[in-house]
Amino acid sequence: MLKINNLHASVEQKEILKGLNLDIKPGEVHAIMGPNGAGKSTLGFILSGREGYEVSEGQVEFNGEDLLDMAIEERARKGLFLAFQYPVEIPGVSNMAFMKESVNAIREQRGETPLTATEFLKKAKEACKQVQLSLDFLKRGVNEGFSGGEKKRNEIMQMILLEPSLCILDESDSGLDIDALQVVANGVNSQRDGKRSFIIITHYQRLLDYIKPDYVHILANGKVVKSGDASLATDVEKEGYAFLGQDNAEETNA
Amino acid sequence: MSEQLDQALSRKYDAGFVSDIESETFPPGLDEDVIRRISAMKEEPEWMLEWRLRAYNNWLDMEEPDWAHVHYPKIDFNAISYYSAPKSMADKPQSLDEVDPELLRTYEKLGIPLYEQEMLAGVAVDAVFDSVSVVTTYRAKLEEAGVIFCPISEAVHKYPELVKKYLGSVVPRSDNYFAALNSAVFTDGSFVYIPKGVRCPMELSTYFRINEENTGQFERTLIVAEEGSHVSYLEGCTAPQRDENQLHAAVVELVVMDDAQIKYSTVQNWYPGDENGKGGIYNFVTKRAICHTNAKVSWTQVETGSAITWKYPSCILKGDNSVGEFYSVALTRGRQQADTGTKMIHLGKNTKSTIISKGISAGNSNNTYRGLVSMGAKAEGARNFTQCDSLLIGDRCGAHTFPYIESRNPSAIVEHEATTSKVSDDQMFLCQQRGLDPEKAVSMIVNGFCKEVFKELPMEFAVEAGKLLEISLEGSIG
Repeated sequence: MLKINNLHASVEQKEILKGLNLDIKPGEVHAIMGPNGAGKSTLGFILSGREGYEVSEGQVEFNGEDLLDMAIEERARKGLFLAFQYPVEIPGVSNMAFMKESVNAIREQRGETPLTATEFLKKAKEACKQVQLSLDFLKRGVNEGFSGGEKKRNEIMQMILLEPSLCILDESDSGLDIDALQVVANGVNSQRDGKRSFIIITHYQRLLDYIKPDYVHILANGKVVKSGDASLATDVEKEGYAFLGQDNAEETNA
Repeated sequence: MSEQLDQALSRKYDAGFVSDIESETFPPGLDEDVIRRISAMKEEPEWMLEWRLRAYNNWLDMEEPDWAHVHYPKIDFNAISYYSAPKSMADKPQSLDEVDPELLRTYEKLGIPLYEQEMLAGVAVDAVFDSVSVVTTYRAKLEEAGVIFCPISEAVHKYPELVKKYLGSVVPRSDNYFAALNSAVFTDGSFVYIPKGVRCPMELSTYFRINEENTGQFERTLIVAEEGSHVSYLEGCTAPQRDENQLHAAVVELVVMDDAQIKYSTVQNWYPGDENGKGGIYNFVTKRAICHTNAKVSWTQVETGSAITWKYPSCILKGDNSVGEFYSVALTRGRQQADTGTKMIHLGKNTKSTIISKGISAGNSNNTYRGLVSMGAKAEGARNFTQCDSLLIGDRCGAHTFPYIESRNPSAIVEHEATTSKVSDDQMFLCQQRGLDPEKAVSMIVNGFCKEVFKELPMEFAVEAGKLLEISLEGSIG
C-alpha cells in the first residue's frame, strides 16, 4: 500500500532524509524509532505533503499512485491520516463542525453521500467514547484550550471518525501519562482490522508495549539503519540509541 | 466585473433614452435650485425644504474630512446627479439572461430564489410575484401592532409631526460633511415607529420595504422606539447589489426611549471594484443612536463590500443604566479600504458598552478599526469593554487599530484588548490534512474568528453571513 524508495528530502536546504526505503503492506503496523533529529517527524510531514519540505530524489507510491504528486487534501481524501505531535488550535471553529466538514470531504472522494447531522453526531459520539473524551469536546473549538493529553486523544478521535487506510502517528505518546497512553493505544488497536496500515513514530518503546508492531525500524541520520520485529524496540529500550553512533560513522565513511 | 458593469451602462445608451426618463434625471451638479427641485419632485412641505436648504448651507461651510486611513481621488460633487427617477421597465434588463453571469453565479451560491434574483439584479418584472402578497400580509401584521414602517418620503407626508420632531435629533444637519450632504439631498429611506410598550411582531427588513428603487445613494433612516418597546431591524442583504452610483452617503438615526431596545443589523455587500479597485462604491455612513434611561442599542454589522467604507455606528448613552453594543466583522480584500468602528459616549450613570470588532484583511487591502470610548464627568460607574481583533491573510494587506479613550470620571472603567493574528500555516495544514481544500480551510478559520459577532446576528442572517464570507474569500489565498 505504501512504497518508499530511496527518498531524499531537505528542509531549508538541509538534507534530512538521505535515501529512505520502506515497504508497508495492508494491515501492517510499522514503528519508526530513532534519536531526536533523525528525521522521524520529517517523514510524517513529507508523506502528508506539508509545505517547506523539498524532495530531491526518490519515489513514494500510495495504493499504486504517485503520492508526492498529490495535494495535501488529496492525500487525506485518499486515506492518508496524520495524527499530529503538536495539534494546532483553530479558535471558534467547533470540533464538531470541523470534523463533519472533514468526514464529508473524504466521503465525497469515496463516492459516498454526505452524512446528515444526526448520522454524524452518532458516529462522533461513539468515537469520543472510544477515546474517553466527554461530548463537550465536540462543541469546543478545535483543540482550543485542550490539555496536551486531550489534544492527543482528539487526534485519535479524528482518526477513528475518518477511517483512513494509512495512519501516521507522530509521537502520539509524547507528554501522556500512563492512563492516557492506554486510551490512545486502545483507540489505535480498535482500528486494526487487517487492512488498515499504521506508521507509528515514537521516541520510546513505551507505546509499543500497548500497540504491538509487526516491524520496527530504526531511523538515524535520514535512513533506516536497522529493521526487525517488535523485539528490536525492546533492545533499543535497554541499550539506547548509542549503538547507532558507530553505524552512522561507518556509513558516512563508506 | 467593472467592464461588465460598463457594458451594462453603455447598453442603456445603445438602447436609447426614453425621453421622459431623461427629463426626470437631473443633470450633474449641486446648488440650491437642485435641492428645491428634489423637494418639489417629492412634493415636500415647506419645512422639509427649509431643513434641506439649511443643511446645504452647513455643508458649503464644511471641509471634506481627511483623517480616515483611506485614499481615494477627490470626489467632484458637481459631477454627481442628485436625482434620478426610477428606471423605466424598458430601460432595465429584460431577463436574467441580460445580467452579468458573475452576479448570477454568486446569487446561486447564496441560494437566492429566482424571483428574488430578478429583483436584486433590477430585472424588469411586473411586481406581481409572491412578494406582493408577502408584503401585504407583512403590513397588515404591523398595522395591527401599531408599528409604522414606511418610506421616509411617505412619513414626511403622513407623520409630519414625528418626522419634524426626530429628524436630525440624533445626527444634526451639521454633524459632519457627509451627514450634511445627506440631509440636503437625501433621496429616500425607512421610517420606523414603535409605539410605547410594543414588541415589534417580526424582524423589520429593508428587503421588504415597498419602494426598493432609488434609495441607495443618499439613504436616510429614522427609527423611533417609544418607552418599553422592542424592535430588530435588518438592513441590506448578503447578495451583491448593483448600483450605478459610486458615492453613497447614508444617515441612520435611532431614538431609543426609556426601557426600549433596538437591535440594528447590517450586511453591506456593495460592489467593491475590480482587482485594481476601480469602479467600487464609496460608502460614507453616519449611524448614531441616542439611548435614554435603561435603553439598549445593539449595532451588528458585517461589512464585506464597497471600495471604501467609512462608518462608525455610535451610541450616545445619555440615560442612566443604558447599554450600547457594537459587534462588527469587516472583511477587505483586493484593493478595498475600510475605516470603521464605533463611538460609545457615556453620559449617564452606570452606562455600559461592549465593542467586539473583527477585522479581516486579505489581498492588498487595508482594514482599520477606529473607535472612541468617552466617559463623561457624570458617568459614575460606567463601564466599557473593547475587544479588537485583526486577522491577516497573506502578506500584502494591512490591519490598523486606532482606539481613542477619554475618561472624565474616575469611577468609570475602560478595558481594551487587541490582538493581531495571521491564518497560520499550521492551521492551514491541519485543515488540509483533514481533507479540506485551501479555500474551505480559510473560510472555516475566518468564520471561527468571527464567531462572537455572528452569534449576535439574527439566525437566518448569521447563516447567510457565513456563506458570504466564504464567497468573499474565494481566490484570496495562494
